[in-house]
Amino acid sequence: MIRLFNLTFFVFLFLITKANSLIEIDITRGNLDPLPIAVSPLFQDDNSKKNSINELKIKNIGSEISTVVENNLKISGLFNPLSREAFLQKPDIAHLKPRFEDWNLIKAQALITGKVTIEKKKLKVEFRLWDILAGREMMALAFTTVPSNWRRVGHIISDKVYERLTGEKGYFDTRIIYVSEDGPKTARVKKLAIMDQDGFNTKYLTLGNELVLTPRFNPTSQMVTYLSYFKNLPRVYLLDIETGTQEVVGDFPGMTFAPRFSPDGKKIIMSFAKDGNSDIYTMDLENRIVERITNHPSIDTSPSYSPDNRFITFNSDRSGYQQIYVMKSDGSNVKRISFGKGLYGTPVWSPRGDLIAFTKLHKGKFYIGVMRTDGSGERLLTENYYQEAPSWSPNGRVLIFYRETKSNDKGEGFSAKLWSIDLTGYNERQVQTETDASDPSWSSLLSN
Amino acid sequence: MNFSKTFRNIFLIILLSLIVSACATKKTTTKVEGQMQGDVYTGTDTVKYLADGVPDRVFFATNESILTTKSRDTLRKQANWLRANSSINVVVEGHADERGTREYNLALGERRANAAKDYLITYGISADRISVISYGKERPVDSGSNPLSWSKNRRSVTVKAN
Repeated sequence: MIRLFNLTFFVFLFLITKANSLIEIDITRGNLDPLPIAVSPLFQDDNSKKNSINELKIKNIGSEISTVVENNLKISGLFNPLSREAFLQKPDIAHLKPRFEDWNLIKAQALITGKVTIEKKKLKVEFRLWDILAGREMMALAFTTVPSNWRRVGHIISDKVYERLTGEKGYFDTRIIYVSEDGPKTARVKKLAIMDQDGFNTKYLTLGNELVLTPRFNPTSQMVTYLSYFKNLPRVYLLDIETGTQEVVGDFPGMTFAPRFSPDGKKIIMSFAKDGNSDIYTMDLENRIVERITNHPSIDTSPSYSPDNRFITFNSDRSGYQQIYVMKSDGSNVKRISFGKGLYGTPVWSPRGDLIAFTKLHKGKFYIGVMRTDGSGERLLTENYYQEAPSWSPNGRVLIFYRETKSNDKGEGFSAKLWSIDLTGYNERQVQTETDASDPSWSSLLSN
Repeated sequence: MNFSKTFRNIFLIILLSLIVSACATKKTTTKVEGQMQGDVYTGTDTVKYLADGVPDRVFFATNESILTTKSRDTLRKQANWLRANSSINVVVEGHADERGTREYNLALGERRANAAKDYLITYGISADRISVISYGKERPVDSGSNPLSWSKNRRSVTVKAN
């Protein structure tokens, strides 16, 4: 990872106070009472401020990093970052030893303090998390990186705080790959785009000369697999985000589509359509050996592996309509698992292994839902005119998907946007993108 | 007795004619309202012609790839035209409407294009003159979000390849 990103993160202090703290957050239920947290702007001395302007053209990088943290914590729906105007204690003094009564007064239950220095083209950040009610430090951490990485520093702090307070890994130091859309519905221009999870640092990876669809991350590296209509031949491609190298991997005499990596990153699983029939195949990326997994005259598509590589969930209309199935990864033991009313598509296995997220179409409405891997416990999280293609956050707590609006009879009013929702069904919100967007895929955590 | 039988026959005739006219009325209304039969598009709004009297496209019902009587008629015309123009090769493009998941619709478009291709083959056109491509729901011809627009988009279109 370090090599891929050309990053240098040196963690040189990592102290977690495991003492029985008073604050903890239960993220297994909808959180209607987010934890009040104060994010004191990271302190920066005058000399460092000068360097900050020189290096980054940003005056107060400490404050900017704190804003990244505040925004992440707020978006998670689990925290309520308090207004800085209410803070009584100065950032530098608070970082040494907070006056807990002052922070208690503004109803903060947790406090983040920190310090930033930029020297010799290095960005050094240290931060502390404090339990206000118990009046003690919960965590202290410091790291060094290149100054241009300052937003990632904010994401890493967010992840550490989230992990310390919820007991689960965070999902802030991640990226989203998606399809950027532009133009009229009948001649939509689509490009691959990638951005940080919070919508910043958008980069376009293709020019829009050919139709591209359904990009998906390799969970173990910075590779992406997607469908491209390059030279009007719909084929599955592989893209190295760092080098920009693209290669076709599904060059079969027909259409290859619906690609996804296996969780170990060693295979691509995809559909291959020929003579009106779509079946599921895998390709080993090392030796390029192709294996046929399903063999049925129906449409078999949208395959997704279980995190242990042992099972595959997929979409088939072998019963007459689109339904969700699970089979062993060699194609044996095929079992239908969706039995509710309506059509089911786009099954995708949770990184925790216990759930499958899906799109459901019933009576003209589209739903994003989850069910257990045996099909029991179906829960619909959100209903809308059109939405599909959920992708899991790496900790399995949040789903990102896309939603389209209805156009009028002249075709006006159409838009496509990314949305996210917690597994609990709460905290539904639009994910900011520069353009219209669809087909999101969430990366793994970039650090650790 | 005889009278009552006649009466019953007259009654039946009246009843039948009522049913028939009801059907007729219904048919006209659907046509006026939407140029659709069931949910298959029967209009000519979007249709282009490969040659005089040879429509380029056929339409499908939701989630279906079955060719209607009218579609088979269109494809027979295409086959005749292809037979008369043996130097021309074609691409059959399969499409779906926007009310389905993207990946399934790609497969469905492929299935529809192949349904049309297979029919052309049974009418004597060599398979190597026909290639297929599916665009799923990516290239609608009508951008409205209503049943009529969707019916125009559920189609396979035969285009000249050379």
